[in-house]
Amino acid sequence: MSPTRTLAEGIPYARFLGLRVERDEGGLVCVLPFRDEIVGNARLPAVHGGVVGSFLEMTALLGLLDESGGERIPKPINFSTDFLRSAGPSDTFGRAEIVKLGRRIANVRVVAYQDDPARPVAAGIGNFRL
Amino acid sequence: MSETYAIQALFGEGRSEFVDHVPHARAIGIECVRVAACEAVLKVPYRDELVGDPTRGVVFGGVITTLLDQAGGVATLCSLPEITTIATIDLRIDYLRAAEPGADLLGRAFCYKRTRSVAFVRGSAWERDPEDPFATCIMTFMLGANTTEHPLKLAAEAAIAATT
Repeated sequence: MSPTRTLAEGIPYARFLGLRVERDEGGLVCVLPFRDEIVGNARLPAVHGGVVGSFLEMTALLGLLDESGGERIPKPINFSTDFLRSAGPSDTFGRAEIVKLGRRIANVRVVAYQDDPARPVAAGIGNFRL
Repeated sequence: MSETYAIQALFGEGRSEFVDHVPHARAIGIECVRVAACEAVLKVPYRDELVGDPTRGVVFGGVITTLLDQAGGVATLCSLPEITTIATIDLRIDYLRAAEPGADLLGRAFCYKRTRSVAFVRGSAWERDPEDPFATCIMTFMLGANTTEHPLKLAAEAAIAATT
């Protein structure tokens, strides 16, 4: 089992979200399985914006841990999320790109999508203290 | 001249109508502390399953995002002359310090400007002292985001009927 996957299982909130960590030719992929408990708007239905934001931040954090190989969980300084489409009742996938891995601070960009990677549901960028 | 708000009949303390219709808010135990014109204060009681950093026992940052996004949405609703659906356009959060382990977290949002289609909202979160926040946040919301009817519309109408 990869260290990143083990770390994800050690984070209570990642377990609460049911987050899965997978890997393909494009790198690390985080998966947020759909379930009723993460819905914000029950009529559409759509995943809660806060959960989408959480998922992006968690994806950034795990992407960072995977890249840096660090054991300590980086501390978020700030995080900005753009909500691009409503996230419907299916699984959401997230990929992180480390824009800069500095000595003290890392900058990470994240995209989340559902059926089609070309139609992202949300995009985020954040700074973390290492 | 004071503006009238579509749901001012629901303004006050402990109105659970504002979070009851949101499955995820129920799932993490979000409570409505107070709503007023253009303003909302919500609370997320501490739970171990919300922790993001087990070595420090600190709640995951995204939970604070959820709290403030929810508070921002309610504050926006409380700014509207007519009730409509809303959706978050963007949200930026600054983590000023770690939240205290084991503490309940409070979040306040205030809608400081509304146009016909967009609401501009700021928020902050704290444990004990609103003057000592651990996070601040800035958000925008789109108004009339979709064609579904807002679940609070019926609750607001019932509250108005009860007072007249």
